[in-house]
Amino acid sequence: MQDKISTKRKVKSAILNILMYLSSGIICLIFLGLVGYILYRGLPHITPQLLTSKPSLIRETVGILPNILNTIYIILITLVIVLPIGVGAAIYLNEYAENKRKVRIIELATETLSGIPSIIYGLVGMLIFVQFFSLGTSLLAGSLTLVIMTLPTVIRTTQESLKTVPQGYREGSLALGAGKWYMIRTVVLPSAIDGIVTGCILSIGRIVGESAALLFTAGMANEVLGLVDAVKPGNAGSSLTVALYMYAKERGEFEIAFAIAAILLVLTFVINLSAKLTAKMLKKKGAN
Amino acid sequence: MKKAANFIEKAMNIIFTLCGFLAVAFVILITGFLLTSGMPAIGKIGITDFLFGTEWASTAATPSYGILPFILTSVYGTFGAIIIGVPLGLMCAIFVAKMAKTSIAKTVRTSVDLLSGIPSVVYGLVGMIIIVPLVREAFNLPDGANLFSAIIVLTVMILPSVISVSETAIRAVPKEYEEASLALGATKTETVFKVIVPAAKSGILTSVVLGIGRSIGEAMAVMMVSGNVANMPGLFKSVRFLTTAVASEMSYSSGLQREALFSIALVLFVFILIINLVLNLIVKKDKE
Repeated sequence: MQDKISTKRKVKSAILNILMYLSSGIICLIFLGLVGYILYRGLPHITPQLLTSKPSLIRETVGILPNILNTIYIILITLVIVLPIGVGAAIYLNEYAENKRKVRIIELATETLSGIPSIIYGLVGMLIFVQFFSLGTSLLAGSLTLVIMTLPTVIRTTQESLKTVPQGYREGSLALGAGKWYMIRTVVLPSAIDGIVTGCILSIGRIVGESAALLFTAGMANEVLGLVDAVKPGNAGSSLTVALYMYAKERGEFEIAFAIAAILLVLTFVINLSAKLTAKMLKKKGAN
Repeated sequence: MKKAANFIEKAMNIIFTLCGFLAVAFVILITGFLLTSGMPAIGKIGITDFLFGTEWASTAATPSYGILPFILTSVYGTFGAIIIGVPLGLMCAIFVAKMAKTSIAKTVRTSVDLLSGIPSVVYGLVGMIIIVPLVREAFNLPDGANLFSAIIVLTVMILPSVISVSETAIRAVPKEYEEASLALGATKTETVFKVIVPAAKSGILTSVVLGIGRSIGEAMAVMMVSGNVANMPGLFKSVRFLTTAVASEMSYSSGLQREALFSIALVLFVFILIINLVLNLIVKKDKE
């Protein structure tokens, strides 16, 4: 059998195989190199002092506590707003909408939103929230901008999860005399909770990594804010990513930049892992 | 009692419908704000002078606002990233989907997933510290922050989406195609490249378009490695992209200069809409 294959074919196959192994090897090397290098340069600079203080010109110390807090605030504010809207939209699409054209229009809109680059979100967020609604450069304006940006993710994952809820659940509940809202609240939503959680995690990932959309909306301030101050208009604050950018590009303090990069990298991995776990649970349920 | 229940049902129906159409409202809002803030400057400068002017000197005594350098840089940068990234990513996708052992495939897939979650400022930082000096040394240049470095960073950034989308497409090809080809005497490699890849071509095309969208919209990473000078593009010249043109002058701009930045964002938005349209057409054609 084997010797019937001409040398030309064999050589061609061999070349393609080599190219495949080579490409995969290069990509794994890039990955390992990138992760290794960031951790190598960043981890030694993560000190308790860095994590628990704010930058001080007098003592000439740098701390990223404000940036850590700001990132957490932005995540919280964004999720509190985007979750009800996104889950509501998914419920509408999956449970209420009967008109196919309306569904198509909404889906087209979410697809468009998910394709818009973050720098445009930043610009439009500045126009709408910072200027038009005069919230000023603030954590609130930044979070509202991210609400629009993460909305498609929340809608999509919730919708996927709602689709896996068996039709029988709904019919059973309705047959027992439940109203539609009661049915959604007690039967559909509890069964779709894993999709909502996945949407949450993916959104957090997107928020943690976002920088261009926050640069002109949430600002560059490095003050420690309380939770109450964080939601007030006019209180600006830079997230970890924006701080990384400022330290690297504007001030050339690469140790701090790499320390933040290492923190972001670890956060990304944790988020990625948890998203995978919940997605697995979702898939398992879909199979049953 | 019944009346109250009826009222709640109706109210929830309206609330969910509103949530659903909020995404549509956001798209209209973004488009509206971009049009109203982007059009005036185009009118004042003149559309041909704006789009095809080769000189951008917004702070000069007699300012000129030609954005052809930015448009071409964005196009060349994206094109370069696609030229390098797609073959590399596609080879890796084929390897993971068809050739690799399960354990190896899993490792590669996990690395790719993690790569896709790394924030763009982190890519920018590593590009700044590793790629830029490397390019400077290798090509004996005064400054390594140029289009070439940006292309390398963009290539790495589009790899994850190219790989994961094409891998899904390759996996979705019916097993019968493969079996038929193997039964006719083709080798495994021939089968993969002559039967499976052509059958998955619309999915692969989707991955390419997604890569184009991602790289044309990237701001922070290229800002850190491209030198940020408004030159007409050349491989080893410091350049400015559409995205970085907006980001770099926004914080200190005023008057017509500021308006012109919004016009640049509008041009970028039009590019993205065209890419989305192409994506939709591919998906639609695939469904038929």
